[in-house]
Amino acid sequence: MTQQTTPPVVEMTGISVEFPPVKALDGVDFSLRPGEIHALMGENGAGKSTLIKALTGIHSPTAGTIRVDGVERRFSGPADARAHGVSTVYQEVNLCENLTVAENIMLGAEPRVLGGLNWRAIRRQAATHLERMGLDIDPASSLGSHSLAVQQLVAICRATVGDCKVLILDEPTSSLDTDEVERLFTVMRGLRADGVAILFVSHFLDQVYEVSDRMTVLRNGTLVGEYVTADLPAAELVQHMIGRSMDVLEAAEEVLEQAERPAETTPLLQVVGLGRKGSVQPFDLDLYEGEVVGLAGLLGSGRTELARLLTGADRADVGQARVSGRPTRLRNPRAAMRHRIAYTSEDRKGEGVVDGLTVRENIVLALQAERGWMRPLPRKQVDELVARYIKQLGIRPANPEALLRNLSGGNQQKVLLARWLATAPRLLVLDEPTRGIDVGAKAEIQKLVAELAADGMSVVFISAELEEVLRISHRIAVMRDRRKVAEIDGGGATMDQVVDLIAGGGAA
Amino acid sequence: MRDVLRHHLFWPVAALVALLVANTVARPGFLAVTVRDGHLFGAPIDILRTTAPLLLVALGMTLVIATRGIDLSVGAVVAVSGAVALSHIASSPDPESPVTVLTAIGLALALCLVLGVWNGFLVSALGIQPIIATLILMTAGRGVAMLITGGMITTVNSAPFKVLGSGFWLGLPVAAVIAFGVFAVVAFVVRRTALGMLLEATGINPAASRLSGVRSRTLTWTVYTASGLFAGLAGLLISADTMAADANNAGLFIELDAILAVVIGGTALSGGKFNLSGTLVGALVIATLERTVTVLGISPLVTPLFMALVVIAVTLLQSPRMRERLTAARRRQVMAPPEPQPAARPDSTPDSTEVKAG
Repeated sequence: MTQQTTPPVVEMTGISVEFPPVKALDGVDFSLRPGEIHALMGENGAGKSTLIKALTGIHSPTAGTIRVDGVERRFSGPADARAHGVSTVYQEVNLCENLTVAENIMLGAEPRVLGGLNWRAIRRQAATHLERMGLDIDPASSLGSHSLAVQQLVAICRATVGDCKVLILDEPTSSLDTDEVERLFTVMRGLRADGVAILFVSHFLDQVYEVSDRMTVLRNGTLVGEYVTADLPAAELVQHMIGRSMDVLEAAEEVLEQAERPAETTPLLQVVGLGRKGSVQPFDLDLYEGEVVGLAGLLGSGRTELARLLTGADRADVGQARVSGRPTRLRNPRAAMRHRIAYTSEDRKGEGVVDGLTVRENIVLALQAERGWMRPLPRKQVDELVARYIKQLGIRPANPEALLRNLSGGNQQKVLLARWLATAPRLLVLDEPTRGIDVGAKAEIQKLVAELAADGMSVVFISAELEEVLRISHRIAVMRDRRKVAEIDGGGATMDQVVDLIAGGGAA
Repeated sequence: MRDVLRHHLFWPVAALVALLVANTVARPGFLAVTVRDGHLFGAPIDILRTTAPLLLVALGMTLVIATRGIDLSVGAVVAVSGAVALSHIASSPDPESPVTVLTAIGLALALCLVLGVWNGFLVSALGIQPIIATLILMTAGRGVAMLITGGMITTVNSAPFKVLGSGFWLGLPVAAVIAFGVFAVVAFVVRRTALGMLLEATGINPAASRLSGVRSRTLTWTVYTASGLFAGLAGLLISADTMAADANNAGLFIELDAILAVVIGGTALSGGKFNLSGTLVGALVIATLERTVTVLGISPLVTPLFMALVVIAVTLLQSPRMRERLTAARRRQVMAPPEPQPAARPDSTPDSTEVKAG
């Protein structure tokens, strides 16, 4: 696969990037060869994004050299980098939802005719690119009408338009389900065969092992080393990344093992035949205090939609809900909040963080909204509350006045958790709380969930990572095709069993 | 010094000071305030008085803009307010009676409140884009005012009502006392309660705010109602100043001045973070600018051009990108680099607070 003799297409040596007083990268070397898939590994804050941004010219390194095709370069920005064959697809889809798929793909590279745009050629060329990606969608349809996963594939499609020598994929799989990931990997392997060098960033270790040839590991802005994927066992990789042993990872399981499955009592929340047209088929579900219920299923299986009905984020059009045995209607988030039901959305950027406000304001938002604007929380109480959660959840930077947009994804997620924990919920519904965050933070959140349940909270936990759902759930509800198809005991369940249920085999 | 330069009010205040200096140079006695007929007298007092209606309209506009909205109808509401008040006084048998005047004020404010509720209904309940929703009343409102005045410029004499526009209280113009008083109360309420934070959250991320239990719809409705009410009050001050209800020209283009005051004050039109003290300075800058034109004897032909240049200068100095360029240029002048520096891209230099890495 990788020919050691090929000269690297990208060679970065001694790269340092500083945001005084923080040194984000310190003398990092990195090289990328044509026709390889190279994984860049590290925890949040290790410097992965910074290295990518240094390469594409968003950040100016304070030291070091960057060579592309043997020529020393400092790109002035992503457009300049792209003109020299270095394209990037970011974690969050950065496309125009109100334009068509074809317009998005060809944006900036539109075929022209007589000073105007050649619309027919745009659609035709876009269709060719889509076909190469194996994407069967109408180029004339509006991008916003497609799922996040398809939008992600369109973003990658767009990046490969033109002369693409280096393709940088920053967390491309965080919003894709298994099938779509496979499709992406097929495309990546195809591009590799064409001699494209692919830089791949992902928090999913199994994906990294499946698709990458080599990997470079960063920790705290410094280079740990470069490895051939096949020669590096996963456990060793994780130790390189977090610089400590797997203790934290195992802690979550221990807490869970200690916790007893609670005795049957009145369910905290009981729903019967709850459903919404076009969203999720009517389902029954009982949620008890002190219990973690996992929702397993593919993207689009209805797991998010189910969570939204439980929490009033969407309104159910059929079915009944009872909280502690008393009938109620979960009409909107406020109504759910009155019953101490909290929900964190899977769409952290769109429905979670208020990025222009501070850590402090984000943490108190839900609590304050519940009290109404006329009864502000006393400043002293706010400060205590915020300080407590920053400490308890290890939010970095530990500065209540930092704007949320300046925090990494994992820390933003912790702030959102703090926002809901501050409202003292009895039922906490977490939709993909660990997506796109690093191994260490992920383990911390899992451990926290287990502890909250041990203290008597009822938790609904949704994740695309089955292993994670299996590890921390007492009970697992399996979703398929917008229906709840099974409910199994978490303790005895095996991965294969759940996969069978998700795939439609097995006993329902 | 660096902190002073970076303060969000630095450039608006600098613009205000520069205008005052220019006026003082042109007319040395410009800043002098004397006591005449038992009240304060002088150009600064005049500026305070002419700022009053604009300040009220800009106050409502700031809150509306914070929720990602805009209210284009305020000029029309100003006209409606004046038309209602003056028509009522003109048609009453006793225009000088305080009861008549109070009823007129009550009627005008009540109607403007209803107009504000209407805007809020279109935006928050029906989900119409704010610029379109308020455009409806912007055009229809002048028609309503026209209907009330019967197409005539109604002039009346009513001493109690005239006090609102040109009277004095404790030596200060009544209009200014009312406007600055209302402004202070609202600013206090917004920042001492959680209203400001919830408005900002709604403006920055409406979906996240809804899921967090913020009553975004009610808040949005409230700010449009408040904007209508404040515009109505501004309309009373304006009509009491001229004592004529002019459906076509009262409050003409005041929505643009108000938006400008908000922008000069450092609140972004994209919503979210807002800055009431900035709006106050912005309104003063605009009022002072209008005064400057007459003091400097600038020909009416080039007045709009002159005003445009000043506004462009202020907004440019405020833009973060422009400021980064200026500071970068100054840094280059101050210290010649001992060794070749990497090409710096000033507009992408991260804040010192940015810690996102990796």
